[in-house]
Amino acid sequence: MKAGNRAPLLRYRTRRALQGLAFVTPWIVGFVLLTMIPLFQTFFYSLNQVIVSATGIEQTFIRWQNYTRALFTDPTFVELLVEYVVETTVSVPIVMIFSIIIALFLNLKIRLRGIFRTVFFLPVVITSGPVIRELVSQGAATVPMVAQSPLILNLLAGLPPILRTPVNYLLTSFILILWFSGVQILIYLASLQKIDRSIYEAAAIDGASAWESFWRITLPSLSTTNVVVAIYTVITLSHFSESKIVRYIYSQTYDIKGGIGYAGAMSFLYFAALVVILLLVYFALGARRKG
Amino acid sequence: MGEHILQNVDSLFPRLRNWGTRATGNLNRHWDRVRGFLLGTRSRYGLLFSTVVYAVLVAIGFVYLYPLLFMLVTSFKSPSDLLNPMVRWIPTELYLGNYIKAFRVLNYPSTLLNSVLVSVVPSVIQTIVCSVIGYGLARYRFPGKSLLFILILLTFIIPPQNTVIPQMLAYRRLGLLGNIFSLILPALGGQGFRSAIFILIFYQTFLSLPPVLEEAARIDGASEARVFFSIAVPSAVPAYIVSLIFSIVWYWNETYLTFVFLEGGIQTLPMQLSKFVQAYENLYPPGIVSIFDRINEAVKLSGTFLNILPLLVMYFLLQRWFVESVERTGIAGE
Repeated sequence: MKAGNRAPLLRYRTRRALQGLAFVTPWIVGFVLLTMIPLFQTFFYSLNQVIVSATGIEQTFIRWQNYTRALFTDPTFVELLVEYVVETTVSVPIVMIFSIIIALFLNLKIRLRGIFRTVFFLPVVITSGPVIRELVSQGAATVPMVAQSPLILNLLAGLPPILRTPVNYLLTSFILILWFSGVQILIYLASLQKIDRSIYEAAAIDGASAWESFWRITLPSLSTTNVVVAIYTVITLSHFSESKIVRYIYSQTYDIKGGIGYAGAMSFLYFAALVVILLLVYFALGARRKG
Repeated sequence: MGEHILQNVDSLFPRLRNWGTRATGNLNRHWDRVRGFLLGTRSRYGLLFSTVVYAVLVAIGFVYLYPLLFMLVTSFKSPSDLLNPMVRWIPTELYLGNYIKAFRVLNYPSTLLNSVLVSVVPSVIQTIVCSVIGYGLARYRFPGKSLLFILILLTFIIPPQNTVIPQMLAYRRLGLLGNIFSLILPALGGQGFRSAIFILIFYQTFLSLPPVLEEAARIDGASEARVFFSIAVPSAVPAYIVSLIFSIVWYWNETYLTFVFLEGGIQTLPMQLSKFVQAYENLYPPGIVSIFDRINEAVKLSGTFLNILPLLVMYFLLQRWFVESVERTGIAGE
């Protein structure tokens, strides 16, 4: 009993802190070795011209040239980055509103509730990059009657270009956007079930309509959940391996003209865009909570 | 909430109600019964309301399942059905040829085994490691804990492409590329695929368990590891199951990291699917086989369906755990 002998020497609180640190040590080691060092390494590569050969890696320091190249001379990257920002900011509210509506429906005491829940969660289980790619390429990701009807196509042609991209995106990948709502529906459902029913009863006695209780009771109670759901949605959409920009960066890694350095610079620009979106979402939802 | 909607509907038609009260008692009673049937009463939803709810749910459910139905139907179409514009939803015969071809092209038995291995082994390790870390965060106080939380959230946010290249180069130096250890190593360090979520799930779970039992064991002289394994772990079994199945599903479907780390080594189902056309043409060279054996969308979709079939089986066997997971682990709203 070595620990027993040493115990009185250390103060109780110090001993507890050390024990706690022992539990999280694997994470700290893993974080430093597998996340922090590679992150700095990628950043270092992004400031260099990196050439991988059979003998090793050659690096020439070129400061911010990879970054300026991505932002000012590579039209594809800027286009994809803008597209990514637009698509994400369009998708997040849709996913959120859709998940709230479905969660409200599934929260009703109706029959077959379990079956509907199973259906709406199914995509989470089967969504992988190659599967989505096959479905999209076969035109199964959109409802064909809607996306190809002449009325819609005419409407689309009449829109200004700023609006055309998001609307077109909506039409062609509507089901896909909905497919990203599985986990979110469950999160909302769990939060809805936590709201005290007696608040609704009290409001109903005071003459509040269902509409009023939704805006005054349900929505305010979901404010924390909204932030969780929004952040989760942004991250899942951004990390999806089939997103065009992720694939472009990946393809540039092995490109002779691009290489590791250039891909690293683009990764960091992408990361920056992701953080900006997260901050936007956070403040947009935070502001509403106060107001 | 149904009742509130109903009251609202009622107030939309005040004239009808007035008419009802002004009419004779008999008529009034009938009117109440009809209204109760259509619009519902305090105790149950009315026909009108339920119809709308079911209609909306079924419609959205159909849109949701449309890609799957489309895939399933198309995969059973014979080449002549594919060319026939009259055949949309019901193939003229139950044609299994696509599945036979896709089965061969995917090299199904061995890639399936690889996929199972590549998703189960890292998942088990990730679940165990994340539970240890979550326990440490939930039960102990130590300096830098809030910083640790921020960093854990950061690992959730950092896009994989920001760290993957140096990792890949390091694994290549160590000779781990194309090897399952390149997925096990991050899982061991709590840096596996979406580890942050699992750490938070276990943190929440252990936080919600009363610490009394653990303290009693500690007073009786049990070591910290003993307390964790014999008291904390058994009371957190649901969290372990949920984490394990989600981890398996996400590892199975993760392709970015598996592509970078396993390429040239282990072939998983999604990897094989993504080069389906190429693999198909190796097996059935387009110049040699007859026109009916050329690659078509039916064969591709059979391959896609074979790809998700194991997941579907797992989902329907364990669906209770999937759909109740969020409530069980209480990750919502925290």
